[in-house]
Amino acid sequence: MRPLGQTIEMKKDGANVISVSGLTKYYDGLAAVDGIDFEVKEGEVFGFLGPNGAGKTTTIRMLTGLSQPSAGTAQVLGHDIRTGITLAKGKFGVVPEVSNLYDELTALENLVFMAQLYGVPSNARAKRTEELLKTFGLFEKKEARFSTLSRGMKRALTIAAALLHKPRLLFLDEPTVGLDAVNARSLRSLVQKLNYQGVTIFLTTHYLEEADLLCDRIAILVRGKIVALDTPDNLKQMVKSEPACEVRFAPMPEGVISEFEKQRGIHRVESSGDNMRLYGENMPSLTEAIFKYGSQKGLEIASISSVKPSLEDAFIQLSGMDLEVMLAEKGGR
Amino acid sequence: MWRDNLRGIYYIALKDMKTYYLKPPAISWGIVFPLAWILAFYLRNPQDFRELVPGLIAMTVLFSTTAVEAVVINLELRVGSLERLLLAPISLSAVLLGKVLGGVIFGFMMTTIVTLSSVLVFELQVNTLYLVSILVLSLFAFASLGALLCVLVKEVFEAQTLLNLPRFLMIFLCGVVYPVSALPPALKHFAYVLPLTYTVDGVQKSLASVQSGNIILDVFVLIAFTLAFIFPAVKLLAKKFA
Repeated sequence: MRPLGQTIEMKKDGANVISVSGLTKYYDGLAAVDGIDFEVKEGEVFGFLGPNGAGKTTTIRMLTGLSQPSAGTAQVLGHDIRTGITLAKGKFGVVPEVSNLYDELTALENLVFMAQLYGVPSNARAKRTEELLKTFGLFEKKEARFSTLSRGMKRALTIAAALLHKPRLLFLDEPTVGLDAVNARSLRSLVQKLNYQGVTIFLTTHYLEEADLLCDRIAILVRGKIVALDTPDNLKQMVKSEPACEVRFAPMPEGVISEFEKQRGIHRVESSGDNMRLYGENMPSLTEAIFKYGSQKGLEIASISSVKPSLEDAFIQLSGMDLEVMLAEKGGR
Repeated sequence: MWRDNLRGIYYIALKDMKTYYLKPPAISWGIVFPLAWILAFYLRNPQDFRELVPGLIAMTVLFSTTAVEAVVINLELRVGSLERLLLAPISLSAVLLGKVLGGVIFGFMMTTIVTLSSVLVFELQVNTLYLVSILVLSLFAFASLGALLCVLVKEVFEAQTLLNLPRFLMIFLCGVVYPVSALPPALKHFAYVLPLTYTVDGVQKSLASVQSGNIILDVFVLIAFTLAFIFPAVKLLAKKFA
């Protein structure tokens, strides 16, 4: 598996697998998606980040042929979504937000049915389904009905079903919603592995750390419009933030926060777990104040680091959204 | 492309057989209800029951096909698995035809049992070609009617309720219980715009011992009804996902 954060050279010059221009969708006169433009290059993990109702799922539905756009155009794997989507469907896979395989069928029967539907040759079906069941750790559960599987297993099987026909492009709609931390982590690893194998990923999520970890580029979608689109690092750099430094003294003395607050050049001080976060005019004045205080009090500096803007900071500034509200809406972790 | 669609239709129908045929709404409306009616008519008047056989076969076609359509379409609309089928590289029409075929196969099994039992018990003479033609076309017509009404609603119980309106209307007006010829003129005209009238008529003519005659008109009318139901059903389903 590709180590986290490592990029693949081929991504930079990949051809467009998705090209969207002025894509719009109205529901009852209200724009759920409002004239968005973007491209997804072959081999990249492209993230759609936004709160509930931002238009993420509506966009996926239009790109996969489940919904017709009100205006605008889009090409998916070279096929126009209005005229050639049926042909494109054979080349992409979709993992919807809800794991909607058939409760009455076993894990194996579900995969076999999907293989039949996607035209996987009959002589390759058994091998392919077995391969995927093993990859997703479900081989022992192949005779278990879908309804009896755990939420994580259902999610894994839903992804396996989307991969039966070896798609070039995979749409993942909120893949880790409702999963516990362990299952979510293993699913993210799987997404990275698939991408490493050359599958282009179009991912919608409202989990910032997930987008930051997985995506090569992220579009921030708010009320149907893309308010920013760039790499996670570039999005973070767009944030205008106060210089900040995080420090931990050993031991942490009583009243240290109020003492720092009185110092010139320090705007505010916050407690951050075992650490203390100081905001000021510039980094040199902050570090000078910290070292001076430490030597005056005879304290050891256990750790010190500069605080860079996070994707969360970028998201809040660029979207104008309240992050806690956004996560609460989805039952966030 | 047409090959992909044919493959899709076949596997969707096969999957629906495996998944939904033993669901309670399919059993209660598709098997128990027609059998209960047949039993009720037999107990009421065993001597003249033979005359009612064509109507009861037609009623079995009607209930068995429409009951299964409500299950195969509305259960999937409710849980979202119909979307999974629409994501496959086949047309929306193929998905709906797969669903119609699922109803046709269930109806065929039920109707075969009722028809064979009737023929054997009452020693009826059968024009097999006529009977098979009328029954197969009727199965498609009523499965298509079921599909048309089921795509309008989301829940299985809503679909069954909605389906009861044409079901009971047709049972009383189309010659299942009373001959169409015995109806008042206004109702008689109305009966001729209902598809079950042509199923009853066709089955009567196929059972030579009951009534003789040509089924050409019944065949064409049932084909016309199938098309008249299936095209708007496809349009409505497409509109649902517009």
